[in-house]
Amino acid sequence: MKKTLLLSIALSSAVALAGTAWAAEQGRDGELRLLYWQAPSTMMPYLSGGTKELEASSIVIEPLARYDPDGKMHPWLAEEIPTVANGGISEDLKSITWKIRRGIKWSDGSELTSADAVFTYEYCSHPDTGCTSSNYYNDIVSVDAVDSHTIRINFTVAKPFPYAPFVGYNAPIIQAAQFDGCIGAKAQECTEQNFYPIGTGPFKVVDFKPNDVIVFEANELYREEGQPAFQSVLFKGGGDATSAARAVLETGEMHFAWNLQVEPEILNKMTEAGKGTIIAGFGTAVERLMVNFTNPNPANEEHRSEYLGGNNNRNPHPFLSEYAVRRALSLAIDRQILVDAGYGFAGKISCNVLPAPAIYASDANDECKTQNVDEANRILDEAGWIPGSDGVRAKDGVRLSILYQTSTNSVRQGTQAFIKEMWKAIGVETELRNLSASVFFGGDPASPDTYQKFYTDIEMYTNTFSGTDPETYMANWTCKQVSRKANTWGGGNMPRWCDPNYDALSAEMATTANLDDRIRLAKAMNDMLMQDYAMIPLIHRGGVSAFSNAVEGPRGNEWDSELWNIAEWHLK
Amino acid sequence: MIQYIIRRLLAAIPTLLVISFVIFALLDLAPGDPTGSLPMTVPPEVREKIRLSLGLGEAMHIRYYKWVVQFFINEPLNILQHSFGITIGDAENRTRILSWATRSPVIDLIVERTPQTLWVVGLSFLFGILMAIPIGIVQAYRQYSLFDQIGTFVAMVGFSVPTFFTGVVAIILFSVQLKWFPMIYDTTLEITSWNNFVLQVKQMIMPVTVLAFYQAAQLSRFMRASILDNLNLDYVRTARSKGRSENAVLIIHVLRNSLIPVVTLIALGIPTIFGGAIITEQIFRVNGLGQLLIIAIEGADIPTVQTLTFLFAILIVLFNLIADVLYGMLDPRIRYD
Repeated sequence: MKKTLLLSIALSSAVALAGTAWAAEQGRDGELRLLYWQAPSTMMPYLSGGTKELEASSIVIEPLARYDPDGKMHPWLAEEIPTVANGGISEDLKSITWKIRRGIKWSDGSELTSADAVFTYEYCSHPDTGCTSSNYYNDIVSVDAVDSHTIRINFTVAKPFPYAPFVGYNAPIIQAAQFDGCIGAKAQECTEQNFYPIGTGPFKVVDFKPNDVIVFEANELYREEGQPAFQSVLFKGGGDATSAARAVLETGEMHFAWNLQVEPEILNKMTEAGKGTIIAGFGTAVERLMVNFTNPNPANEEHRSEYLGGNNNRNPHPFLSEYAVRRALSLAIDRQILVDAGYGFAGKISCNVLPAPAIYASDANDECKTQNVDEANRILDEAGWIPGSDGVRAKDGVRLSILYQTSTNSVRQGTQAFIKEMWKAIGVETELRNLSASVFFGGDPASPDTYQKFYTDIEMYTNTFSGTDPETYMANWTCKQVSRKANTWGGGNMPRWCDPNYDALSAEMATTANLDDRIRLAKAMNDMLMQDYAMIPLIHRGGVSAFSNAVEGPRGNEWDSELWNIAEWHLK
Repeated sequence: MIQYIIRRLLAAIPTLLVISFVIFALLDLAPGDPTGSLPMTVPPEVREKIRLSLGLGEAMHIRYYKWVVQFFINEPLNILQHSFGITIGDAENRTRILSWATRSPVIDLIVERTPQTLWVVGLSFLFGILMAIPIGIVQAYRQYSLFDQIGTFVAMVGFSVPTFFTGVVAIILFSVQLKWFPMIYDTTLEITSWNNFVLQVKQMIMPVTVLAFYQAAQLSRFMRASILDNLNLDYVRTARSKGRSENAVLIIHVLRNSLIPVVTLIALGIPTIFGGAIITEQIFRVNGLGQLLIIAIEGADIPTVQTLTFLFAILIVLFNLIADVLYGMLDPRIRYD
């Protein structure tokens, strides 16, 4: 009896062992089916810059470090994240030294070395390559191979946040041997290399059909034992977001669908089928109203919406230059309605232009979270804006009549309509306007309808920044960045808001390395913008994806590729 | 006849050159920027570099000249080389028309996508014709009968309900509810076994049916009208009074005469097959030429749009000629000499 018991225990543990051994085998889960309703047109992230291409290539080629869904950096091909404390960053902040993990193999069997990183820098910084991530390699003097697995990046200026080159899915390392002949103008003609890059990631490209489908196979040389769990990946592209959601949530044909910009009620209804789950990742994207501080009156001719200096005292906007009006406009908005109607899973109320990473998020502006029409009316009354016979407030012959533009998009038009009604309640008249996205965001200096020219009173769009460091992003609203004729409307400061105190904070941040100080500065800058209502934040926008209940692993990620941890995905 | 064809072909050359220039100029003047679809985090100076790397720094006439050389000389030479192994000139340094989005030769993209379009759109066109002709004949012959009324109703529905609606209805009905057919067209499927063939047929049923319905609706109206026009003519009365059977009157006399305008219509419709069915291909995710065109337009991928539209122009000119020739063959009264 005892014997049989022992035997059965031994047997069952043997079975269990065999079970785990089997479970830990690479490729045990068959095919993973991903659906991106925008199809990737190339596998070369440096020649595209589009999110869809970055996502597709992220499962083949990898950077030294990646961001997780919380915006935290993790060493990927590197041994550790260099810091000043561990000696990886020099005291003067002008160089950073990365150690590449030893023993990492490219899928063709050769070893990943520092030469590949150096080559990647040369490739992307070559002026004729047309590299879409070249801004990740700005201010670099040289990238040196210290030894076979160590690189040092030397910067021209002190870089308090030196983690742009080789970090995140925008700046992965490509194989020097493969792209040797593809530098400069030749980059465009290397179709074979651009479609089938050799990588260090969990999968390798087997078949690439541009703008349609990509087939990946597990990379047998992948560094983690037993990963990836899937033998192959089918990466299908094209179609539209709604039917992509349907393919995961209703028919279950696909395992994962990306970027589902679908009305929340439709998504909710689809999840009732019980086949899939919706995940939202939140990055830094904020849908906001830009307030024009300059006068957009067409009679102004060449000075239309033109900043003429004097901290907004010359050529001021007839009424938006008044603090009380801007504050009232913000108070009158019920942001929760906007979230519920247009965004659902993909939106949260935001009172900051810098809502994330969490360490940078300020709580000093929470007033905006609740609508307060009475207070808004009181402010306007006090400021002398008296309702006329048509219900529209006016002062000294100036009526509170706003021209409000944005891009053509059903959610945006819905938001516009709500805000128009909300502003009507405080005696503000609003005229709505929408422009095709390719014109509005097209940046053609000859067109009067671009968001940069801003020939209206208010405009609405989303802006964001890549990576997790807000320094460059916050520098967008310095006086130097004012979008104007002199810089062919190339600056990032659309409100044309200018404050020397803000510029001073921005300059200070550019030379501060200590994280706590950087947080303090970023929050202060955000609060200045918010409390002066240079922008009126509305919604913190996230990315929404759906994944099948059969699969375990996907976590929304707005800081890096949504497929950043695909090696760990597996069937339940 | 031969002389006529040669004359028409020669006349087509300047026409096509003008068309190619007009397309190029229109695309050049239209707003749109290949870097427009990039995320806003890409700074303007990087965008400028990208534009330069795509060759946008050069003047328009130089870019047009380059495109003409690539399209009329380099690409045909390349086809010669790959299909027949004949190498003429410096094959190594010959530049090809590159798509701005994929940075790969546009012609390769077109070659890759043509089979799917021909299968899906071509089959639906064929089925559409096969359905429309008999339906149109019966409808006209039994005018105002129940069959005619139902046929007219169905044709009107097919005519007026767009494919983006019927397509989605078909998906919800047959994929979501009944689970008969897949809603996503698997373009990696290779027909190597009977099983795969069945899968291929299954995934083609919905797009083909949706399109065929639309085609048949249009054509059956034409067929019906054309037969009705002929039925009251003197030669029909003559044939009947000669004592020929109704079948012979209808099939031999009326049908042949009524087919003349319909055949022209079909011939002129063939180039639109190559144009793909933009909306249907998009809905069912068929990687055809229509989808290629719409993606290229959205991404301001000018070389692809230019090349595709110009190929369509060539086909339209060519099939116009074919329609004219067919006309002469079907209708002995027409002579081209």
